[in-house]
Amino acid sequence: MIGIVRPEKANDVLEALYRAEVRGVSMSRVQGHGGELERVETYRGTTVQVGVSDKMRFEIAVSDDFVQATIDAVREGALTGEVGDGKIFVLPLERALRIRTGETDQGAVTPVGGA
Amino acid sequence: MDLGSLALAAKVDTGDTAWMLAATALVLMMTLALGLFYAGLVRSKNTLNTFMMCVAAIAVAVVTWATVGYSLAFSEGGDLIGSLDYAFLKDVGFEPREGQTIPHLVFFAFQATFCIITTALISGAVVERMRFGPFLLFAALWSIVVYSVLAYWGFGAGWLITGGTLDFAGGIAVEMASGFSALAAALVVGARKDYGRQALLPHNAVYVLLGAGLLWFGWFGFNGGSGFNTGANSTLAFTNTLLTPACTLLVWFLLDTLRGRRVTAIGAATAIIVGCVGITPAGGFVSPAYAMLLGALVALPCYAVIAYRTRTRVDETLDVLAAHGIAGFTGILFIGFFAQVDWNGISDGLLYGNGAQLWDQIKAAVAVPSYAFGATYVLLRLIGAVMPLRGPEKEEALGMDIIHHGEEAYATGEGAILVTPEAGIEEPVPVADAR
Repeated sequence: MIGIVRPEKANDVLEALYRAEVRGVSMSRVQGHGGELERVETYRGTTVQVGVSDKMRFEIAVSDDFVQATIDAVREGALTGEVGDGKIFVLPLERALRIRTGETDQGAVTPVGGA
Repeated sequence: MDLGSLALAAKVDTGDTAWMLAATALVLMMTLALGLFYAGLVRSKNTLNTFMMCVAAIAVAVVTWATVGYSLAFSEGGDLIGSLDYAFLKDVGFEPREGQTIPHLVFFAFQATFCIITTALISGAVVERMRFGPFLLFAALWSIVVYSVLAYWGFGAGWLITGGTLDFAGGIAVEMASGFSALAAALVVGARKDYGRQALLPHNAVYVLLGAGLLWFGWFGFNGGSGFNTGANSTLAFTNTLLTPACTLLVWFLLDTLRGRRVTAIGAATAIIVGCVGITPAGGFVSPAYAMLLGALVALPCYAVIAYRTRTRVDETLDVLAAHGIAGFTGILFIGFFAQVDWNGISDGLLYGNGAQLWDQIKAAVAVPSYAFGATYVLLRLIGAVMPLRGPEKEEALGMDIIHHGEEAYATGEGAILVTPEAGIEEPVPVADAR
């Protein structure tokens, strides 16, 4: 699953994911363009139109049972109601493997010490 | 200028004047160093706005100081406030003030830099949320209503200085004034929306260290220039400005180690400020050995206030109260105990048999914080009644740089399209009005 959210909401998303017991998360800074209006910036007479905004991208691999809970958590954490809140994409995962143990698929995305 | 005043101008001492010209420039630099120090302590999206509050203080306070502020602080008046005799710099020329050996204009410029940095200091309490416009209005009014009044009390001809209170370089008008005003400002403006919910970390500790280092450098002009000459008190204050912060640093290292087992860089930057502030009022009045003792002592209350403040709901964001208010307060009282007539030529403290000096210091330590806090509180409430002091939460979330200045501190240029006049885009699109 991929979630693209406002950078200032990233902590709220992490918190919501934690409460939903989703523990395996990667996040990165991205810049993107969605429905937001472009902003105009001026640097010493040079005026530019910036069409991309900073976002945080979450990548979360979860087993089927956890999909809805993860979607709900990301949405709950990222929602402000304003344009620019971001997107959630859910896609199938062909294979998963935990490097340390060689566990695959379900075992690979289940947190250590979890179910 | 007539011939009579030309003759009087001969009292000018070239050595003193040369030093005071340099000292004035050093103190002006301190405000930009403060901007760097503050900018490093905030989140990256508020870097420019935080720095700009200090830049704006220069613009605003120079104008208010030249028009009425200087006159209210340094002309003859009653117990509480001066007159308008020097308004618009009338009669402020090349002829020195009574008892001085530098042109009146140089004295004015030197004192202007003090008004500027004090005004800039308060911004530390309201960064990351106060709107830029109301801050400008606040800075203008504060520099007159609070700074000029307290400068008259402590430096001019007001009731504290004429009553015998000793304050070498501004424990009253600069340090206690800004520190206790900052507390009032933080209470009126309110906490940042994320305060207490998220970790709000300094975004560049190198700016913080460099800013603190440049402040220390400038402080040699601030304290060393506050005798307005190159005499004994001035050189004593200059050297004490080296000794005190070094001792504060060492004690701060120790406190950091006891509390968190590591010596922190931002703690060190804070210690430099605390030490410089502590010696500000006492600089020309205490011996070098006592200046070192003061450096060690002043770390304790300031460290405690910083540790305590972060556990409260009071978002006095950059700890102006602890670093300036409490350190200035400590320095003012320290004079009452440890001043030595052998070193300062003016007065002894309690340890040398003059308890009256301590009483004079206590008067300042009570009256000045009360006035600064009260006047700032009322002033900001009044401004808040006319215009909102802060914007909506979504603006705070996006950052003050883009909202108030239309710039970013760390613009990459990625995704930026050059706008030419032919492209037909004339009106800036306010990004926050997405609906």
